[in-house]
Amino acid sequence: MTVLVGPNTKVVVQGATGKEGRFHLQRMLEYGTKVVAGVTPGKGGTTVHGVPVYDTVEEAVKKQGANASVIFVPAKFAADALLEAVDAGVELAVVITEHIPVHDTLRAVNYARARGVTVIGPNCPGIVAPPVRVKLGIMPNSIYQTPGKIAVVSRSGTLTYEISYQLVRAGFGINVAIGVGGDPVVGLDLMEATLKVAQDPEVEGIVVIGEVGGDAEERLAKLYAEGAINKPIVAYVAGRTAPPGKRMGHAGAIVMLGSGDAKSKIETFRSVGIPVAETPFEVPRLLAELLKK
Amino acid sequence: MKLHEYEAKELFSKYGVKIPPGRLALTPEEVHKAAKEIGTPVVLKAQVVVAGRGKAGGIKAANSPEEAYELSKKMFGMDIKGLTVKKLYVTKYVEVEREMYLSLIIDRATRRYLFLASPVGGVDIEEIAKTSPEKIKRVYVDPSVGLRDYHIRSIVSWLGFKPGTPQWQQAASIVQAMYRIMVDHDAELVESNPLAVSKEGDVIPLDARIIVDDNALFKHPDLEKALEEDPRDVTEFEAYAKKIGFHYVELEGDVGIIGNGAGLTMSTMDLVYHFGGRPANFLDIGGGASREVVKEAVKVLLNHPRVKVIFVNIFGGITRADEVALGIKDALAEAGGTTKKIVVRMKGTNEELGRAILAEVGVPLFESAEEAAKKAVELARP
Repeated sequence: MTVLVGPNTKVVVQGATGKEGRFHLQRMLEYGTKVVAGVTPGKGGTTVHGVPVYDTVEEAVKKQGANASVIFVPAKFAADALLEAVDAGVELAVVITEHIPVHDTLRAVNYARARGVTVIGPNCPGIVAPPVRVKLGIMPNSIYQTPGKIAVVSRSGTLTYEISYQLVRAGFGINVAIGVGGDPVVGLDLMEATLKVAQDPEVEGIVVIGEVGGDAEERLAKLYAEGAINKPIVAYVAGRTAPPGKRMGHAGAIVMLGSGDAKSKIETFRSVGIPVAETPFEVPRLLAELLKK
Repeated sequence: MKLHEYEAKELFSKYGVKIPPGRLALTPEEVHKAAKEIGTPVVLKAQVVVAGRGKAGGIKAANSPEEAYELSKKMFGMDIKGLTVKKLYVTKYVEVEREMYLSLIIDRATRRYLFLASPVGGVDIEEIAKTSPEKIKRVYVDPSVGLRDYHIRSIVSWLGFKPGTPQWQQAASIVQAMYRIMVDHDAELVESNPLAVSKEGDVIPLDARIIVDDNALFKHPDLEKALEEDPRDVTEFEAYAKKIGFHYVELEGDVGIIGNGAGLTMSTMDLVYHFGGRPANFLDIGGGASREVVKEAVKVLLNHPRVKVIFVNIFGGITRADEVALGIKDALAEAGGTTKKIVVRMKGTNEELGRAILAEVGVPLFESAEEAAKKAVELARP
């Protein structure tokens, strides 16, 4: 088993007829994901790669039994798309879209959480689970071909692929990889995602990929120190050379109010006994050492 | 988007907050006129969107319109932390009894609005947090509930006001105004520092700072227009980078960095630093970058005077290695060759095609990012 997704995950793609939606819908199908419907208002009745498209998420849920959504809708409309998915009754929503106004995210994410819907993102690569061959997101399929017992939880996209690739090359298999998103406000945050994967008995080790900005790493370290997570963790934190007050690509990656810099995150992890890799390429070795103990 | 003080104060005023009389001036003549109309003494405040203007000489008091005129001649054109002073805000001098701090932000961890209030102010919140953290009160507001009277009571009494006094009323209405500005204008920060009690007993935001979410500017055409007319801290180059479609941040070293994805690009900078080099910049071409975007990115670094070596690190998923290689090739062709060294590491989609294209132009492709980083650092050494 894997967390959040499984053999019964039936996916609706919101924004299925757009360039991004169309491209990734196909990749998700190729990976093995049960994509049962697409949604684009006004395009109901058409198909994308053989998948029926509906005007509303409600129809996709009623007619095809969709219980999870992946959202590729443009930023202006993405928060509404999330609200629509929640009201239609999905259990999990993955928001890929970048540049959503943060106040819109705040309202939509709180609305979803209050109704027990898990939100991954916005501005994220999604979730992929090789043991069940389910992907809700945009990760390259080629990297996630080796099922195994390592969970990767990350605030970055490409860095997740890079480190997953290094892990597989070193002989590890992946149980699940979750990119929680690079925005200041996200649904499932780095700490919650780590807690979630740690509760899965199939997971033997966790790789946490943090970056500058916010305090999710610090909160995670505190939880670990309190004994709430009893799985081995190796961490990597990007942005040691990031200057304060500057936004490093991700809206959430900004060192502000004298906190959120990489150095303090690294020190906090180390102070509670979580080893931190100096470079992404050191992660597999640290993990192997930790699992041997 | 960072609002100027005068823009922020106009907003405060629109929401019913009493602010000291003030005028915006673009020339010493306008300063003279403004000082005369407002009545001296006045304060001249440089309108640049950086913190710490006062210490940098961007805030001066004048006792007569003539003095204001003379002072302003020196202030116009002044450089404050890399920004040129083009606008001065002339405002009535307020005698202050005490200074407080009040701000509103979004708290990521709790996904709520968060007021930070301190009965001492006038210095950076970072400074207050360091010297007297016990003075900072945090009041969380759930967006689904909104600002309630008990939130306001909690903030206003912490700031040191007594219920039933006119000052309590004034402070309460400032709290309300800040909350409404935050929500109505998609702000990331609304701050009044110092929030002051004047000698006359009025509660007044002496300074005001507002940062609006760039992603929400499409909802606020008036702000979009103001930003276009006055780009403030957005350099011409950053505006250009945004138009082309990549994120750019200037750093201080000599190894130029190009990556895809914010995390990987930051990690590439860190890797260069790890091997003893100094990154010159952060340049993220984003996901699925086209040949054209890559070309523009490489050209930026080819033309960058400080950059000795360009290190391109791409982990392709939706980004294709052949598109990246073609972009590099195009940039080199347009520049008609270069003395700068280029080190490339690419992994992923169409890697072999990319390798062949780079071989044509004599650019080596590395398998390992670590080896590539070491090489880039070595080449940058004198």
